[in-house]
Amino acid sequence: MALFEARNIHKRFGSRVVLENISLSFEAGQVSGIMGPNGAGKSTCFHVLTGQHKPDRGEVTFDGQRISGLPPQRIARMGVSRSFQLMNLFDDTVVIENVMLALPAFRARRLHAMAAVFSDRVLIDQALAVLDQVGLAGRAWDAAASLSYGDRRALEIAVALAAEPRILFLDEPTSGLGIEATRRLAQLVKRLRDRYTIVMIEHDMRFLFELADRISVIHWGQVIAEGPPAQLADNKWVRRSTLAEATHA
Amino acid sequence: MISLSDIPARPAAWITLPMVVLATVLLATPWLLPAVGLYQYLGIEIAIWIIFALGFNLLFGYTGLHSFGHGAYLGIGAYAFGLFQHNVAVSLWGGLLAAVLTAGVAGALVGAFLSHRRGIYYALLTIGFGQIFWFLAMKLHRVTGGEDGLLGIPRPPLTLGSWQVALTDNRALFYFAAALLLIVVVLGWRLANSPFGRVLQAIRQNETRARFVGYEVWRFKWAVFTLSAILAGLAGSLLAMAQQGAYPDVMSLHQSGLVVMMVLVGGGLVSFWGPVLGVVFYFVARDVLGGLTETWLLWYGLIFMAMVILRPEGLAGMLHGLSRRRPRLQPAPAPATEAA
Repeated sequence: MALFEARNIHKRFGSRVVLENISLSFEAGQVSGIMGPNGAGKSTCFHVLTGQHKPDRGEVTFDGQRISGLPPQRIARMGVSRSFQLMNLFDDTVVIENVMLALPAFRARRLHAMAAVFSDRVLIDQALAVLDQVGLAGRAWDAAASLSYGDRRALEIAVALAAEPRILFLDEPTSGLGIEATRRLAQLVKRLRDRYTIVMIEHDMRFLFELADRISVIHWGQVIAEGPPAQLADNKWVRRSTLAEATHA
Repeated sequence: MISLSDIPARPAAWITLPMVVLATVLLATPWLLPAVGLYQYLGIEIAIWIIFALGFNLLFGYTGLHSFGHGAYLGIGAYAFGLFQHNVAVSLWGGLLAAVLTAGVAGALVGAFLSHRRGIYYALLTIGFGQIFWFLAMKLHRVTGGEDGLLGIPRPPLTLGSWQVALTDNRALFYFAAALLLIVVVLGWRLANSPFGRVLQAIRQNETRARFVGYEVWRFKWAVFTLSAILAGLAGSLLAMAQQGAYPDVMSLHQSGLVVMMVLVGGGLVSFWGPVLGVVFYFVARDVLGGLTETWLLWYGLIFMAMVILRPEGLAGMLHGLSRRRPRLQPAPAPATEAA
């Protein structure tokens, strides 16, 4: 059984149908990709999978438990973590606090009203270990807002990792990154793939085809193709779309 | 622009240098005020309003929730204290408990309605509830005394075991209020830098992200509103003792707006100490400017506008900026190094 499954998902906003009978499944230990042109419904699909939007119909299950309709905080606490396409950080504070806030150990202390956060060695060590995974341990005490765009992307992922997820959703992680930053991000995902189940929406086809074990192509709110990258590269739907240019570049 | 989280407390110290300074100033206040031509009662007012403003700032500055009807809880505390003295027993601790509990229950009920809202809807609902409480205070004449207020509230003595001190003298009442203020400061500071306090700040910074890292945001919003109302109730009980009466005026929109102005001018958005500075600045402006001109509130309003336009970080932000300009003798120890 797949770790995470979406079955027959429908979502509409007003008269506009955004997702129509989408079914996806993500196996534990794999890197899964979702691709598709702008406006295909990829981000809405992510929002439905992670609880930001309720599906109008259909069901999302995680580890056999139905999660569709649950609020995002409950889904997050079950072990589903995500990054955002548009940077979504705690910008008024230091890098390490962004990560600390997402730690399960911090959540467990959330009602402690008299303990000092910044002298809690357990929290600090755990947060530093997460930052080390994304190469930001040296910037731990810098203001989050002072990081470069690429480092902020890495911090987005660090916040998602800090929650000790069982599945990690990355929403267009290369968005806005230059060649070098994208290369570093690819290395990071390669390091993470051994420990996490990862699902990525991605526009950068080269990036996605290099990393994903399996890719689903969404167009017009439907899954029009899915399979391993090698198989998809020759898929007529992928080849007919402009996406194919990138895959053969 | 700096922010509240930009001046965080790194160490775990319960007592900090600014607290020692505050305690020293409070200790000397009964001598300082007459020395500069001011009066004892002013010290009581300032201590009360600082407690109120510190509680309000947990909501406003720390969590980013805009309450414009917070005077209601100050008034509820005052009425509860007075009604306890009139109808139950003349007791300081009983009255304080009644005030804190009543304001807390009112805050918890209102907070339950508010906590799923945000932005303008949140702010408008706080005004609406504030007006309801003010209206009730005006109309429930047999309970609250209506427009005339609840008169003849005594100042019960402070009793600790066999030790008893009368609080009828303004100096004694000031020291009692100052002691409560210091407790609020120490606990408030601790709370602001605790996991609970940091989650509040996370909600202010990015409510969506806070939700996606697993926090039940509405519960934190509810809890901080209730806590803030409790502190307002505590301040209200002291106000009832100070004025020896409880009046609907403190629940008015005007008084609720006053605490917002104090906190903004003082720099509550950027510093824990902002409300302290803002309250002191307001009362000094009232008495000093008020001694010069009847239109002092106009001048205070202009100062407020100038502050919002030119220095939105308020007095605390200005002081922080000045301290940053001074060259450091040695780099501050980074906690990252400690942890490494």
